[in-house]
Amino acid sequence: MNANFTIPKFRLPAFVASLGHKLPQWPHALALVAGLNAALKMKLLPERELELLEDKLFRVRINDTGGEASYTYRDGMFRPVFRPTREPDLAFAANLSAYLQLLARQEDPDTLFFNRELEITGDTELGLIVKNMLDAVEWPRLPRLPLASH
Amino acid sequence: MSQLPDLICPAGSLPALKAAVDNGADAVYLGYKNDTNARNFAGLNFDAKTMAEGIRYARAKGREVLLAINTFAQAGRVADWQKAVDAAVDQGVDAIILADVGLLDYARNRHPQQRLHLSVQGSATSYEAINFCQREFGVRRAVLPRVLTLAQVEHVIKNTTVEIEVFGFGSLCVMNEGRCWLSSYACGESPNTVGACSPAKYVKWDKQPGAMETRLNGVLIDRFGDDEPAGYPTLCKGRFEVQGETYYALEEPTSLNVLPILPEIIKIGVRAIKVEGRQRSPAYVTQVTRTLRAALDSLRDGSERFHVKPAWQAELAKVSEGSQATLGAYNRPWR
Ligand code: SF4
Repeated sequence: MNANFTIPKFRLPAFVASLGHKLPQWPHALALVAGLNAALKMKLLPERELELLEDKLFRVRINDTGGEASYTYRDGMFRPVFRPTREPDLAFAANLSAYLQLLARQEDPDTLFFNRELEITGDTELGLIVKNMLDAVEWPRLPRLPLASH
Repeated sequence: MSQLPDLICPAGSLPALKAAVDNGADAVYLGYKNDTNARNFAGLNFDAKTMAEGIRYARAKGREVLLAINTFAQAGRVADWQKAVDAAVDQGVDAIILADVGLLDYARNRHPQQRLHLSVQGSATSYEAINFCQREFGVRRAVLPRVLTLAQVEHVIKNTTVEIEVFGFGSLCVMNEGRCWLSSYACGESPNTVGACSPAKYVKWDKQPGAMETRLNGVLIDRFGDDEPAGYPTLCKGRFEVQGETYYALEEPTSLNVLPILPEIIKIGVRAIKVEGRQRSPAYVTQVTRTLRAALDSLRDGSERFHVKPAWQAELAKVSEGSQATLGAYNRPWR
């Protein structure tokens, strides 16, 4: 990613969110899981920490699009969960711009958290594991990951 | 004008280390993935392989690598800490940052050539304590706890030949650094025992309508309204009911920021300025390192023209706990 390119903080209008609720949720989940699995395949994620994610349920909610994705990690793969039957172990909620800033390593999750732009609920230790795991990844070419195009 | 102090930046991961080096840190400090360092959080820190790569990267650009082994060796497991010291020497770090007097003694005797720094966790606030560590363990630099005023820091520097390092930016740990047991009070674990204040497994963020509650092992620490900035879940920054009033009785969620007094810090002969935050992401390391580098460089040719640029302050305020900053003890009238 071009170092001079910065993602501004923005919020999509509320009607986008209401639209998002009416759309099926699976494209988000699939895109997210595809991105994570791509990172897995490139051996970017450390095995020691991955083990700690086994069978945990994660939910990522994009406030201003109304999009939501749940997924889990099982037997060495991230898998989408289309109809979660329980509360997630770890849940993130933020506007799209915050996620993009995080992915581009433009903002630090603690910063977004302090500023109340990123909400993390559930198992705090799991949250820390995920955060630190993603921080430690040396993304070879960030824009090429399927994640970054969504 | 004295020499510019070294800028010492935190690295909790390899990308953070590279971010620090690329953005102008003179040295990075890091720790092993275990309880020999005071930022023992899941997924954070280095193993032998990533450390070797980190050292290579920093060296290639002429920067130093300092390794923190800054917790206290626990009874029955002293060998774990000694092994960490041996490993650090083997890997060829530029200096080891130690807090435990027993470990300082071990390092001094076993590896007399190794440069040793006294950690902030060693809690040496007087030149007598620092000179003792120099005489007994050959300590070359001491990191001062964030409890001294600027005048007190100057007094220490005038009375020792040990290099003095102070904190320049980051989350505040206000209470008698290296001695605080507040976290143990709520959950039985604190920095000097397990290497973490408020270990994550005891922390719960609870979203309520209109507010978020933070609990440490069930103890309510704070409740933030939806528009209120948040901080770390440490007891020292909780809101407590004191004589019928509920407020931040000890410290508000805030970060230390010395930019406004940078020229004074340089003038009194501080040798190095440290940035807190090994638990933070590469993005934070980039932002803070870049900002402090710019501020320090602007002082290279005389401090008379020093202006704290609003852009610097804005950048640092953004990444601060509670989104606000303080000069901490440096300018407190009382001691
Ligand atoms: S409770 Fe506060 S002062 Fe005590 S160790 Fe934790 S952060 Fe530091």
